[in-house]
Amino acid sequence: MMLSVTGVHTFYGHIEALKGVDLEVGAGEVVTLIGANGAGKTTLLMTVCGNPQAAQGRIVFDGEDITRLSTYEIVRRGIAHAPEGRRIFPRMSVIENLQLGATIGQPEDFADDLERVFLLFPILKERREQRGGTLSGGEQQMLAIARALMSRPRLLLLDEPSLGLAPMVVKHIFGVLRRINREAGTTVFLVEQNAFHALRLADRGYVMVNGAIAMTGTGRELMADPEIRRAYLEGGRRDRA
Amino acid sequence: MRPGATARLAGAGMGLDLPLILKEAGLTALVVFALALPLFGFRTVDSAGGLDVAYRFDWVAAAVAVAFVGRALLVAMRTLGGAQRARPGEGLLARAGRAFYRHTTWIGAAAVAFAVLLPLLPFADRYVIDIASYFLIYVMLGWGLNVVVGLAGLLDLGYVAFYAVGAYSYALASLHLGLSFWWSLPLAGALAAGFGILLGFPVLRLRGDYLAIVTLGFGEIIRIILVNWYSFTNGPNGISGIARPSFFGLAFSRSPGPGEVAFHEFFGLDYAPVHRIAFLYYLILGLALVTNLFTLRIRRLPVGRAWEALREDEIACRSLGLNPTNIKLSAFAIGAMFAGFAGSFFATRQGFISPESFTFIESALILSIVVLGGMGSQIGVVIAAFAIVVLPEWFREFQQYRMLVFGAAMVMIMVWRPRGLIAHRDPTVRLHAGGEAGR
Repeated sequence: MMLSVTGVHTFYGHIEALKGVDLEVGAGEVVTLIGANGAGKTTLLMTVCGNPQAAQGRIVFDGEDITRLSTYEIVRRGIAHAPEGRRIFPRMSVIENLQLGATIGQPEDFADDLERVFLLFPILKERREQRGGTLSGGEQQMLAIARALMSRPRLLLLDEPSLGLAPMVVKHIFGVLRRINREAGTTVFLVEQNAFHALRLADRGYVMVNGAIAMTGTGRELMADPEIRRAYLEGGRRDRA
Repeated sequence: MRPGATARLAGAGMGLDLPLILKEAGLTALVVFALALPLFGFRTVDSAGGLDVAYRFDWVAAAVAVAFVGRALLVAMRTLGGAQRARPGEGLLARAGRAFYRHTTWIGAAAVAFAVLLPLLPFADRYVIDIASYFLIYVMLGWGLNVVVGLAGLLDLGYVAFYAVGAYSYALASLHLGLSFWWSLPLAGALAAGFGILLGFPVLRLRGDYLAIVTLGFGEIIRIILVNWYSFTNGPNGISGIARPSFFGLAFSRSPGPGEVAFHEFFGLDYAPVHRIAFLYYLILGLALVTNLFTLRIRRLPVGRAWEALREDEIACRSLGLNPTNIKLSAFAIGAMFAGFAGSFFATRQGFISPESFTFIESALILSIVVLGGMGSQIGVVIAAFAIVVLPEWFREFQQYRMLVFGAAMVMIMVWRPRGLIAHRDPTVRLHAGGEAGR
């Protein structure tokens, strides 16, 4: 397994946000974690990144225990994180954002990597001199993903890439995620509220309810499950609005 | 303006709304009255029996009248020009600003050329050169603090502490160890940088206001140590007779000591005190330019880029594999180092230092230079330092009104240029046509 999370508990002060989560992501897979608002999806992603650190349990990446490492050390081991809300650098240009994404990479790889992400997101090449804050929401999300890819990660963590985007843009971004996985072999762990797109893309999925994993299965299985359909696909579409 | 008022204005077809004007003006006048009564109205004067209170109600009345008329005119103007008013930030200042930063390279080069030639210009007497070097100290401090506040986004209210460390390093090193200025300079820089790291450690987890408070406290701690550690720093009496710098071993004195050669003898000039003043001027000009070039260069290097990224978003920084601890400590250390250099220069220029020179007001002054200039803007710092340091010097005749003008200028900046005079940020990298990232 590339990433395995075992019995992880995470607290915000006294509030227990994760109540013993077990989850695995295999090399080359696309795995998604779906669930309602406040279920603890983002917390799990942040815990994998070491901010906050898990109070209990183990997180193992590529055979190495990373539970107690700080964020920047975890990232240096080959995990890239496109955080919730995109968090691009608004006053910096697209190129500068990408340059910061390449912080842990080798300087001589920069031009190649740039070429690679511009192939995935041609719009970013057009916008390269523009400040991050002046991009549209979809472009900002593409920039966040591109920035994460600049470090040549083996595992890409994505936190709600579809948030606040038009359906067309969401479709495009998920298409690119598929390419990233198929062509470059990057393992993708995707946290989503947009269960429809996420499950269609994913090899496997987990459903999180109240800080614990409630259900797991292949993307197809979960999509066919009547309970999932009711909670996250049909009814969920109205809730999301 | 309140929504109700706007609606009424629109309804009145852009005519003058007298009740509104009177109400706004009356309200302003009331506030001014409340402020002016204690500030202007009562004044303690010496008299035979001790202190007496004198009344100056005419002053109060004048202030209230000025506020009333001024506000009334302002509201009237806004009412009349309401429809055509450009959106905020699109005023003359903004347009001038944009034209300005399109040509910053040329303006910068011209400013440097002017600075180099200044002592040779006909109007440059001793006083002008002296003010100019005083101004350059603040430019250098502003550029140094710009690393911490402007680039790394760490609000530091105790910057003067490092300035003090630099000044005392040189003063004590020359007094006790007999080190010359040029040997002390790196020492002062290193010590100040060390203190920067010392401050950096406890504040690693703090941000914003909390960080500001702790740095403020740090500045005061250094000053209080300087006042109270009598055996080492000579306390409030300060240190006098600090050695002047020499020009590669040539002293600036009329009659050099035995075995020494004076500057004017070596170059076959007549002795003139302005030589030393001009030398000091070139010294601080050199130091300031080094600070500037260093900052411009480091912005393009990974560490400088990391500082700016930290200012923009610390969480994103972490998730890109940047170590915030190193970034913050390096910013504090490098900012402090430049303050240390400037402090050494200050000590050698004055020949006398005491804790008096390193009070909080100095920190506030330097910070306002950075904020006024536009955080992170190098040329903005120069303009702001000019406005804050040199203009008050020119307008000395205003005496007690200087601070009033200063305050008014600050308020105007807040209204018209809330992000500083030069809010523009130049990208550090551009892409050339071939897809190759350059510069």
